[in-house]
Amino acid sequence: MDRFMLHAMLQDMLLARSFEERAAREYTEGNIAGFLHLYPGEEAVAVGVLHAAESSDYVVSTYREHVHALVRGIPARSIMAELFGRRDGCCRGMGGSMHLFDRERRFMGGYAIVGETFPVAVGLAYATAMRSQPEAVICFFGDGAVNQGTFHESLNMAALWNLPVLFVCENNHYQIGTEIHRHSAVSDVFKRACGYRIPAEKINGMDVLRVYEATQSALQRIREGAGPQFLEMETYRFRGHSMADAGNYRPQVEVEAYRRMDPLSIVEKAEQPLYPSAENIASAGPDTINGFSEHLRAEQLINADEIEQMKQQVEQTVEDAVDFARRSPEPGMEEALAALDCNRGQEVLI
Amino acid sequence: MAQEMFYYQALNRALDEEMAADDSVFILGEDVGLYGGSYRVTEGLYARYGEWRVRDTPISEGSFTGLGVGAALIDMRPVVEIMTVNFALLALDAIINMAAKIPFMSGGQFPMPLVVRMPGGVARQLAAQHSQRLEHTLMNVPGLRIAVPATVQDAWWQLKQAIRSEEPIIMLEHELLYFSKGELDETADAIPMHRAVVRRPGEDITIIGYSRMALLAEEAAALLAESGISAEVIDLRSLRPIDWATCIASVQKTHHCLVVEEDCVFAGAGAEVAAKLAEACFYELDAPVQRHGALDIPTPYNRSLEIASIPTAESIAEAARRLVAEPPAAGDEK
Ligand SMILES: Cc1ncc(C[n+]2csc(CCOP(=O)(O)OP(=O)(O)O)c2C)c(N)n1
Ligand SMILES: [Mg+2]
Repeated sequence: MDRFMLHAMLQDMLLARSFEERAAREYTEGNIAGFLHLYPGEEAVAVGVLHAAESSDYVVSTYREHVHALVRGIPARSIMAELFGRRDGCCRGMGGSMHLFDRERRFMGGYAIVGETFPVAVGLAYATAMRSQPEAVICFFGDGAVNQGTFHESLNMAALWNLPVLFVCENNHYQIGTEIHRHSAVSDVFKRACGYRIPAEKINGMDVLRVYEATQSALQRIREGAGPQFLEMETYRFRGHSMADAGNYRPQVEVEAYRRMDPLSIVEKAEQPLYPSAENIASAGPDTINGFSEHLRAEQLINADEIEQMKQQVEQTVEDAVDFARRSPEPGMEEALAALDCNRGQEVLI
Repeated sequence: MAQEMFYYQALNRALDEEMAADDSVFILGEDVGLYGGSYRVTEGLYARYGEWRVRDTPISEGSFTGLGVGAALIDMRPVVEIMTVNFALLALDAIINMAAKIPFMSGGQFPMPLVVRMPGGVARQLAAQHSQRLEHTLMNVPGLRIAVPATVQDAWWQLKQAIRSEEPIIMLEHELLYFSKGELDETADAIPMHRAVVRRPGEDITIIGYSRMALLAEEAAALLAESGISAEVIDLRSLRPIDWATCIASVQKTHHCLVVEEDCVFAGAGAEVAAKLAEACFYELDAPVQRHGALDIPTPYNRSLEIASIPTAESIAEAARRLVAEPPAAGDEK
């Protein structure tokens, strides 16, 4: 992988972290409301997967999708404006945090009912396969989602008809407050795919390079006609399930252990996430590498100045996004009604 | 003795008391146990009754609601919590095809002492998939009963009555009510589960609402009093069956009727109420029964639009004023 690409990945991870922490702050200040599900800790998954994909591949995601959208190339401005509920948001303030869509970038939506991403992805793949197009569909979902009926129904159809779907499980071990061993009889999520003869693998989702490589080869197999593929990314969310959840059902030692694997490690921000506390982190001792940035530094693929520069750039992008969101006007009811009837055209109904 | 508490605490107490009294009562749903429930309704029960009676489920609404149906067939009393009404869409088969129909299809062999509780309604910027109201869908299903408690007292009473009933009962709890405060008097005589109550007596117009909208109707009545209009407010408390006698008696007195709902007006709960009262009170009415409810649109995320899409105390008062002043011509969607 070339230096340019590695830098781009690090930059996206930094942007992801910074964007989400800023969204948390804006939420506390009352500029964002509703359910806000943040991504810190899981950055390596979105970044690794989407950097390995083609921009023509389709992406389907959940309510925890800001970072998928960012990495897909939706400008931070238009995502932040959507979180603010403003007219210049990517969905004109109608959808909000859990429902980001961008037709042009083939970002096919954030779906907030758990389990919805599966059939949508299968449908996109069906249409693609039917027309013999080369695109694949990337379907993100959590560990909790695999117990929904749609998971099983969709995997079966995808395998049965050899559809080009890459199923990407973001296994952060929790379904809100329920730990995976309390919600799944088989906690190795990838094994679930075997029942539908879909090749599946468990990947360290805290390691962006592993995620990238695994995705690349899975996508290659899909494009060679091998049908659906399945990747279980083991990861962790540093924050609670959403801003409404402090996440204090999780054992301290677990949180600290994953903290040490922070995919961003040394680029920890000055603003600490609400959870765990600064003391928890301090008590875990110094970061023990694994972070992508540490890796790049060790390999002399980046130096401290370059990282510093990147951080500044990212800060600027996020600052600009917030500024943009603040200044964007509120949508009017006529826009809401227009969105509802967007497909009406000149059709006469009655 | 009356005691002040939050709505969620009244539900919690009802569950606790019924579980203590009858060991066939058990709870299941997502994060109801260890976590204590998304709205704290089941707080403390896991520690008290253990995992078999307070079961944390996977995200499998269709099947864990169906599990409730199965257990109810052999005399258990499951109380299923569906995290929100929006996810109940995935459990409609269990509710509509099974719970509502098995007692009938089996020729009366099986009771169905199942309670399905679900928070719902428009809360605050939860966007279109998380702001739904499902009463219209469930009201149309023979075999179901639907309670919509608006107060602390009703939350406690109606949940206890629901658990003791042999019929399948849906409890629709508005998300904005859980942290509202009110009085609970455990010694008061319980009124029948589905009887409507007059929350505020009045002479000029009957305003009928349910759940959170009944409370807003009371606020609207206070506003109307300032402009010299005396409104009678009825809280339906139940959407299936509906206590027509209480409604009809009121409309016969006031000769005006406004039905308020948070759901979309088109084919909503208010349509049933308005149609029935138009039939029953045609010659008593000075004006057509009016409906006031949500705009015919999915709930927008943007806060101003969200507020503008559903009734407020002011908009209810305004609709009532217009109705009393002059008979409106067409359907009044907010
Ligand atoms: C059908 C449905 N049931 C319940 C919920 C409430 N809910 C939202 S997220 C969530 C947990 C999902 O966990 P997981 O799939 O592991 O994703 P994560 O949030 O951990 O990324 C639940 C239960 C929902 N949105 N949809
Ligand atoms: Mg999870």
